Amino acid sequence: MIYREAGNYKTTYAADQAIFTLQLDRVFMTMVMVLAFLVVPLWANEYWLQAVLIPFLIFSLAAIGLNLLTGYAGQLSLGTGGFMAVGAYSTYKLTTAFPDLNILLVFLLAGFFAALVGIVFGLPSLRIKGFYLAVATLAAQFFILWLFNKVGWFYNNNSSGNITAPPRELFGLVVTGAAAKAQVRYLLSLGILTLFALFAKNIVRGRIGRSWMAIRDMDIAAEIIGIRPLHTKLLAFALSSFYCGVAGAMSVFLWLGSAETEAFSIFISFQVLFMVIVGGLGSILGSILGAAFITLLPILLTNVPLLVGLRIPIDLQKHIEQIVFGGLIVFFLIVEPHGLARLWQIMKEKLRRWPFPY
Amino acid sequence: MSAASPEKLLQVDNVSLSFGGVQALSEVSFDVHRHEILAIIGPNGAGKSSMLNVINGFYHPQRGSITYKGQTRKAMRPHLAARQGIARTFQNIALFKGMTALDNIMTGRNLKMKVGFLLQALHLGPARREEIEHRLHVERLIDFLEIEAIRKTPVGRLPYGMQKRVELCRALAMEPDLLLLDEPMAGMNVEEKEDMCRFILDVNDEFGTTIILIEHDMGVVMDISNRVVVLDYGCKIAEGTPDEVRANKQVIDAYLGVG
Repeated sequence: MIYREAGNYKTTYAADQAIFTLQLDRVFMTMVMVLAFLVVPLWANEYWLQAVLIPFLIFSLAAIGLNLLTGYAGQLSLGTGGFMAVGAYSTYKLTTAFPDLNILLVFLLAGFFAALVGIVFGLPSLRIKGFYLAVATLAAQFFILWLFNKVGWFYNNNSSGNITAPPRELFGLVVTGAAAKAQVRYLLSLGILTLFALFAKNIVRGRIGRSWMAIRDMDIAAEIIGIRPLHTKLLAFALSSFYCGVAGAMSVFLWLGSAETEAFSIFISFQVLFMVIVGGLGSILGSILGAAFITLLPILLTNVPLLVGLRIPIDLQKHIEQIVFGGLIVFFLIVEPHGLARLWQIMKEKLRRWPFPY
Repeated sequence: MSAASPEKLLQVDNVSLSFGGVQALSEVSFDVHRHEILAIIGPNGAGKSSMLNVINGFYHPQRGSITYKGQTRKAMRPHLAARQGIARTFQNIALFKGMTALDNIMTGRNLKMKVGFLLQALHLGPARREEIEHRLHVERLIDFLEIEAIRKTPVGRLPYGMQKRVELCRALAMEPDLLLLDEPMAGMNVEEKEDMCRFILDVNDEFGTTIILIEHDMGVVMDISNRVVVLDYGCKIAEGTPDEVRANKQVIDAYLGVG
């Protein structure tokens, strides 16, 4: 079976509108899923899960969230860290106030709180665009973190100022806090990411996604067609913040275990933005590839000298790592400004014609 | 052709529009009859595009009123205009560059699609059915405008003439009662112009769509329009059938020249 479209006849519009139109794509995707759900938890050790895979999954979700807003609806945002913090702190408040509430439900509710905050900070988007909007969302970032630091109620007035994930169970397994096994937390994160990525894909290929892209590409024409700009942009802000909020909740409850506002600093906002840009604006797959690139590459770079048996001082190594990392980002953006998702697409197009040149 | 049914679809009454010191339109009035093709002509800067912008609610005139489908308003709103069946194309193509031709046209169906947010996220029964139902409609239009081959091409990669056609298709996807075409044939060669004329006449004929058209090619205007309105410096200087307008002294002085 060769990867190509020729001979692959679609006889219904339903078949034409499927996410994966080629059978080989479907097979490949199933294999990835089997690998991720079954093989990885059996094979991976605590270090890999905790330090590599769980953060990768969580940042993928945050990157999908930002991509909905920036890549699809065209609204630049630097408030990702802030919206993630809203998710994390609401989860903490909700689960300490109602310990019996199902933790998944708490995650969803936290997402809704983040969505509300997102709508409030999305209101300026009707008037301001581009870099100016980015600055307005920056205000969200700093204001939210300041609020959570300042008002003790948000961290239950505990002396450390941290929020700590209490142990919560799901199907009889402890899934959050220090007692939870890494495998369990990995599987839960993977499950949430898979579902939400699918939801996002469905949204962007339907009416709502088209209205977002219409606003992004040509807002005047979109308005003439009857798309209401405020409505559409706020929905993008709400959904994007929902995703970021859930990601924030996961990063405290399924990954870090305990955190202060510093865990959601502006640095995180930039990091997620880089993921979206490197991965590809306006692509769900790109968000995941971008998250993989940004979270996995530093780890790879750290381990490469050790693997080849090179002994260099740790601080020098750290600097080299940063230089190479920055260099690679620049390299990828020059090679393909539309991100890894576009590279993947070009590769598939080439593969379709292979071995013929056209 | 349509002279038998002089029912008014749109009535523009004494519309005046100015931007600061610039008077774009002054006291312009005309009627648009159901099922006709009305051309608006005039020199550059005469206020033709501004007139279209007033009709679909993008500009709000300072004075005058607009009566559409029997409802009189001081000004339209874009959303309301779209909802009530006014579609338009733009002088310098306003397609959604990052999307495929098909997605562009499907966006034109946006107002007709009703399935809620959650069902869409889950892509369950009704959402899936609705998508296919509208796809069927869109495919009929794609067939009508003969752009089957390019439906999956991002519009940014299409040649100019094709982009114009996709834009017309997107407007038609809204199933408009009134279609505003802003220079649909600008920058086309003779063959493309002939194609476009045929499409416009077919749309008018088959779907019964009323069309207001801005065009500089006098051959085209005289051939396909039922009536012509002539603007000059924001004022209406003539209105009538192509033959009447062609013979009008003022129009010859302002625009047509002596040929």
